[in-house]
Amino acid sequence: MEKKIRVLVAKPGLDGHDRGAKVVARALRDAGFEVIYTGLRQTPEQIAEAALQEDVNVVAMSILSGAHGHLFPKVVKLVREKGMDDVLIIGGGVIPETDIPALKEAGIAEVFTPGTPTTDVVKFIKEHVKL
Amino acid sequence: MSTEHEKIQAELAKYQASVEKAVARFPERPHLPEQRLYTPLDVKDTDYADEISFPGVYPYTRGVQPTMYRGRFWTMRMYAGFSTAEESNKRYRMLIENGATGLSCAFDLPTQIGYDSDDPISEGEVGKVGVAIDSLADMEVLFDKIDLGKVSTSMTINAPASVLLAMYIAVAEKQGVPADQLRGTIQNDILKEYAARGTYIFPPRPSMRLITNIFEYCSKNVPKWNTISISGYHIREAGSTAAQEIAFTIADGIAYCEAAIKAGLHIDDFAGRLSFFWNAHNNVLEEVAKFRASRRIWAKVMKERFHAEKDKSMKLRFHTQTAGSMLTAQQPNNNIVRVALQTAAAVMGGTQSLHTNSRDEALALPTQESVTIALRTQQIVAYESGLADVIDPLAGSYYVEAMTNKLEAEAWDYIKKIDDMGGAVAAIEKGYIQKEIQDSAYKWQMDVESGARVIVGVNKFQMENEEPPKDLLKVDEAVGKRQVAKLHEMKAKRDNAAVEAALKDLKAACEDENENLMPHILAAVKTYATLGEICNVMRSVFGEYEAHVNL
Repeated sequence: MEKKIRVLVAKPGLDGHDRGAKVVARALRDAGFEVIYTGLRQTPEQIAEAALQEDVNVVAMSILSGAHGHLFPKVVKLVREKGMDDVLIIGGGVIPETDIPALKEAGIAEVFTPGTPTTDVVKFIKEHVKL
Repeated sequence: MSTEHEKIQAELAKYQASVEKAVARFPERPHLPEQRLYTPLDVKDTDYADEISFPGVYPYTRGVQPTMYRGRFWTMRMYAGFSTAEESNKRYRMLIENGATGLSCAFDLPTQIGYDSDDPISEGEVGKVGVAIDSLADMEVLFDKIDLGKVSTSMTINAPASVLLAMYIAVAEKQGVPADQLRGTIQNDILKEYAARGTYIFPPRPSMRLITNIFEYCSKNVPKWNTISISGYHIREAGSTAAQEIAFTIADGIAYCEAAIKAGLHIDDFAGRLSFFWNAHNNVLEEVAKFRASRRIWAKVMKERFHAEKDKSMKLRFHTQTAGSMLTAQQPNNNIVRVALQTAAAVMGGTQSLHTNSRDEALALPTQESVTIALRTQQIVAYESGLADVIDPLAGSYYVEAMTNKLEAEAWDYIKKIDDMGGAVAAIEKGYIQKEIQDSAYKWQMDVESGARVIVGVNKFQMENEEPPKDLLKVDEAVGKRQVAKLHEMKAKRDNAAVEAALKDLKAACEDENENLMPHILAAVKTYATLGEICNVMRSVFGEYEAHVNL
């Protein structure tokens, strides 16, 4: 049997806007992935720990509060520190174009901004995930 | 059926037959509402006197005031706040100088969730989506040189609403303005936080107690203050339909009334200070019908269910904000047009106050220039469009009246369903409301992705190589550090023994369910006890809410 891609959809920080995270989570599930959603207000430590416990292939984070520059890199660092070198880490939300290069530099594989079709996220994961 | 209706029925049948033939050759566009035309037949059962009536007259379908905007326009209230109290104070004064007629404070997330700026959980969030308020000292700066006796202030604050209101009362007192002169609103609507917005702290029971404590305190001490803004806005932003927005919000309103009555208050003592907050979404006529239907439903709820007697208790007064979720990051100038149409809907729907979003808000917080365009949009609709010159101008439109009836009926169905579950609190605890909203949000997204729903610039009429917009507002990353330094300086200067005594007293009050917490919170903020310290005392007694998510 083909191994299913496991994705942790996570909301780091204090932001309560989870319409996007939930829509993406459901679209990924409908695309055949196994999806775990963390719920709101997760610290980077909690997200890294959940990624480890759930043995996921992908961490997909959403932030609309402007705290991405602080929180996304922190999650990457903690995930890598826990030895999850192959886990694909992606992010989305209200993120200005000018902030994206620094996030990619910090190890976020791709940043999806408002208006992105969920099919683009599915495609990106399929092309870049390491199983 | 009257002879006139029979005549129309016959003509309609002829028209339909001819249209069927035409449509067979020239099909209509796909994804349209089923009914293409409305006639007097669609509203023949609507009794004018009972269901529509006159402005300022029950059931207030046509508006809550007799003259509406012919007396004065709605309050042009722009939601603003970012960075430090100093920066936000500057923006408020700029807005007042430009003709804004009310203030609306946006607080950062740590403030909204009751954490101080130096709490580890606040790192990265301080001053981002709103202004950081740690103590009365910040609030004094926020309203510096703004006369609280003259301005009306709306504060988007929910879980810690009691604390921010107490700080506002304390600042006013220092300005020499008595509490009974203060005008404004606290959002204070915790149920929609559980269902849609996410900035909850405590579990439902103590949260409802805080809310009813505020109702009671304000009815005696701050009588001109709107003690709650029961919000459909965020429910709609989270993805609900128009009918769900009305229904879930009114169900929340019913829950607050029941809690207050259970706490011993009389409906007419607090209902007049309840206010609402709606979304102005893209579909202009549906939105107008939504505002009209919501007024009619609330009037009936208050009269028939709660047996309110005062007219004021039955009037649904509301603030509106244009739909943030409908702004696009692509071709952001198009958002100016979207906001103008949404403004038209809010005005034709009879809003009491309005915030218009700025074109760049799908990308960042708005710049000063964008905010000015958004404010000018309201002023153009007010002064130039003629939309505000006649009261409820779309009444009598077969379509708008039929749509008003339809939304009302759909909303009642939901309200009955929620009643059967034991009310809004139970429906939220079951996850029912969240799931309904999620399903609608998912359907919307799938419709956009399939092209069934067109969003200009996003899934149609895209531009190749679109230049990313320049000059977005950027909150200075050093804001967090500055705010923490200010907080520590303040803590070193205050009378810490007085703070401790006030917090101890507050804790005892929290433990006694019959005690109104407002006077204790007010006493604590006056000692410069911080928001985090006060909320931590409440956390220690009340515990924290844990959400359960079903995808």
